[in-house]
Amino acid sequence: MRDHNGLPLMASPDPRWFQVCALSVLLLASMTLYDLAATPLQAAVTIGTALAAQALFCAGFGTRFEALSPAITGLSLSILLRTHEPWLWAAAAGLGIASKFLLRVEGKHLFNPAAFGIVVLLAVDAEVWVSPGQWGTAVWLVAALVCAGALVLSRARRAGTAAAFLGCYGGLIGGRAWWLGDPWTIPLHQVQTGSLLLFACFMITDPRSTPDHPAARLVFAMAVAGGAYWLQFVWQVRTGAYWALAGAAVLTPLLDAVLPAARFRWRSLGVQ
Amino acid sequence: MRYIAVLMALTFGWSQGAWAFCGFYVASAGPTPFNDASKVVLARQGQRTTITMSSDVSGAPKDFALVIPVPTVVERNQVRVVQSATVDHLDQYSVPRLVEYHDEDPCAPPPPPMMMLAVPAPTAAMPRTRGDTALGVRVEAEYSVGEYDIQVLSAQDSSGLVTYLNARRYRIPDGAGPVIGSYLRQGMHFFVAKVNLGRVNTGGTTFLRPIQVEYSSPKFMLPIRLGTVNARGPQDMVVLALTERGRVETTNYPVRRMPTGTAIPVYVKDGFNDFYRAVFDRQVQDADGQATFLEYAWDMGACDPCSAPPLANDELRELGASWVQASPYLNQPTFLTRLHVRYDRAHFPEDLALQETSDRESYQARYVVTHAWTGEAACEAGKRYTASLPNRYRQAARNVVELTNWSYADVKRRMDETGERVP
Repeated sequence: MRDHNGLPLMASPDPRWFQVCALSVLLLASMTLYDLAATPLQAAVTIGTALAAQALFCAGFGTRFEALSPAITGLSLSILLRTHEPWLWAAAAGLGIASKFLLRVEGKHLFNPAAFGIVVLLAVDAEVWVSPGQWGTAVWLVAALVCAGALVLSRARRAGTAAAFLGCYGGLIGGRAWWLGDPWTIPLHQVQTGSLLLFACFMITDPRSTPDHPAARLVFAMAVAGGAYWLQFVWQVRTGAYWALAGAAVLTPLLDAVLPAARFRWRSLGVQ
Repeated sequence: MRYIAVLMALTFGWSQGAWAFCGFYVASAGPTPFNDASKVVLARQGQRTTITMSSDVSGAPKDFALVIPVPTVVERNQVRVVQSATVDHLDQYSVPRLVEYHDEDPCAPPPPPMMMLAVPAPTAAMPRTRGDTALGVRVEAEYSVGEYDIQVLSAQDSSGLVTYLNARRYRIPDGAGPVIGSYLRQGMHFFVAKVNLGRVNTGGTTFLRPIQVEYSSPKFMLPIRLGTVNARGPQDMVVLALTERGRVETTNYPVRRMPTGTAIPVYVKDGFNDFYRAVFDRQVQDADGQATFLEYAWDMGACDPCSAPPLANDELRELGASWVQASPYLNQPTFLTRLHVRYDRAHFPEDLALQETSDRESYQARYVVTHAWTGEAACEAGKRYTASLPNRYRQAARNVVELTNWSYADVKRRMDETGERVP
């Protein structure tokens, strides 16, 4: 027996539980190990607002409430977005969830909610920032294992997208180092950032806002990698990856039109 | 002679292979915890960066040289010399500090708290050609500013530039070629400066004034790689960043805040610099040498406690904060970030990439000594106060040991000597 994604139907939990667990571990690790990380209050406000916004929109759209998707958004924002203004914690989460319901093309949301929240607040010059360097290389290895584990367990056709992105981005960075004659320690150091890992494993791989066809997802991942590299190294935009992902959102409907495939749905029903 | 490698630069030329530096020198003019650290002031607004490199030199000025990669051709009107005192003032204003309290008579009614600040001590804080086409080196600009003769060079490849610079006594170390090549391929130019002996004031000790370079580029970074070419052990650098909006941080290395607000024994006051050096060493060790450390972040409009008088608007403008109006009566938003970096090639393979955040939270590294009340305390509250002191001393001893890794027995002995008897 197979589910609506064509995967064998087993009595396994919703794969997003693995993501929630992985992100929770990473959030707790960042709070414990890192200075200048989110406070428990910030995480509570962000996750709480994401859940509340989800409940509100579900009620408005008459759909069943589910908590996993907003929890993932809230956790991601708590790990990545920095601000001292409580209303901005809430705004990021609210904007992300709102984009999921309101910015849709043919029933599919365009943006990864967390990335959307971050990019909008950065774009309007709000008092927020993203600290891509806060994860040292030692913890990076542990984070890599957690992320990879969550990817494998979630079985949500994410690993290919993550690999395409990391391969392409790593290739560009490696190629740059080769061209510049830099030692290999430099590109290695450049990819060993926790925020890049989170981005690759939990944002760009969001099956609900990436193209349906496997080949289209590869194109999408490569476009984001190219855009991120260009912004990061040519324009010196430290948050280049989020801008690239938001910009690439316009590609998703185009790629879905050119390369149609079955729409992804999480196994638990409800609005996602 | 004390010289320290700075940062980004290669500074070559000291005799005796003293290319013990790859940057400029900071003289040991006064006892700050890290008076051998190189100091760099960065002012950033939009895409405009002004970088001021402090170079108090106690060696022979004829041998001083500075080589730094810059993202654009720097013209004559973008280079200035600034007063050493201004850089020192900013350094002193933001240096990690010791705060000193005196307990009041426990038997007297409680007065409003008073705070006194004990500052650790006053802070101290080349030949011409038109290029060489055979070597592929081009002199993009050439001029003199203050005591410095300056060239801005571009080159087709690193070997030509290395040959060119070596021929002019810049003494580029072995191994610098690939790094120079990398900067050239990134489209960067080289700003090289030597001292014009005819313009140096040689009355007594020679002081070279800090040299300031301004450019417009999206690149907000500090090139440190040239400074790590020769394995000479880690180097210390203090980055003082002035911005309009908020704290500056490294985006490719984690930032950690130094521990702050900790109660420490009174005896540490006399050796505060040793204490802070030990605290910093410990922090670097805990971070596996792979972090930058925040020592100060505060709006320039206020400080509490202040370890030096605030900088005047003119001083801020001199250091590149061009958004500040000259009027002394206007208080304009200027945020100061002090980052302390201990870098070497193994732990800092790439240049420091920086960003300005919108974080305006105030922070300063400070350590607190509290002098106990030594007068009579016969009342009930006084007895309780006296009884509480041993625990307080014990905690202070533990704090010092935890911060510095010093031996508990030594700390206890020193405290006992100063009357803080640890049980």
